[in-house]
Amino acid sequence: MNSKTHGGFPYTHVVGYLLSIVLIIATLLVAFKTNLSASIVMIIIAGFAVVQAGLQLFMFMHMTEGEDRDTKVVHTVYAVFMAVVIVVGSIWVMTAGHPIH
Amino acid sequence: MESKIMDHAVPTEYQSEQGKLNILGFWIFIAAEIILFATLFAVYGVLHTRTSDGPTGEDIFVIKDVVIQTLLLLTSSFTAGLVIYEMRRGNVRGLITWLIITLALGGGFLYMEINEFIHYVHVGAGIQTSAFTSSLLTLLGTHGAHVTLGIFWAIMVIIQLLQRGITPITASKVHIWGIYWHFLDVVWIFIFTFVYVGGLI
Repeated sequence: MNSKTHGGFPYTHVVGYLLSIVLIIATLLVAFKTNLSASIVMIIIAGFAVVQAGLQLFMFMHMTEGEDRDTKVVHTVYAVFMAVVIVVGSIWVMTAGHPIH
Repeated sequence: MESKIMDHAVPTEYQSEQGKLNILGFWIFIAAEIILFATLFAVYGVLHTRTSDGPTGEDIFVIKDVVIQTLLLLTSSFTAGLVIYEMRRGNVRGLITWLIITLALGGGFLYMEINEFIHYVHVGAGIQTSAFTSSLLTLLGTHGAHVTLGIFWAIMVIIQLLQRGITPITASKVHIWGIYWHFLDVVWIFIFTFVYVGGLI
């Protein structure tokens, strides 16, 4: 697990950083330089954001190491699931079937 | 409280029982933070169309500044990664140098965010203007408050590193601060994507 960090140059960090910059640029390009409909754009950039978050969690935050790795991963994934339920659920409940007055 | 090094194959921060427990405990705290920000995103997601007589997101967002903020925070997340990298090589100088660079980038982010808030108030988007500005400024302000806390926290950690060097206990403190800093970057990515870019398309 930590063998990667014993080399002379932090390759995984640099690759992660470059990927995150690419994802930001891709988000901006998809949002402002294409003629896709707003809902398609939202789905694509939401995908980019999720990849970006995964990048941070797995490449930088060392979530998958140590004796407690299973506890950390299961607990964090559960929290992310709850976050999705809270955000999507709230917006759904508060907007579905209620046209803006 | 310092414990003996048990296993040299394991990074320093996991070598004490307390360090290990603190890291696990901090992950549990991060889950609570995820839920905290989820509730703020939910409020914003529900209320962002309710602009009352005030401006809309399209009127007040300055995408160029937001991109600069994003690059500052992303770069600081990268240098925070290098902090842990240097720590695991036992290089206390490199560790402190990258910590200070991370702090400078975080400070730059904060400076831009404060200017952004001043800009919002000037264009008539204060926290009481509409449901949109209330939920926006609560979400951004909570994130900014976390960044501010992270900066002061890192200064405390630097002082301890200067006094004690890399021990299992200070290493676990650096590691925990690193988790926190990366988490703030994750939250910002979602703010960038859904609040700013989503608000402008």
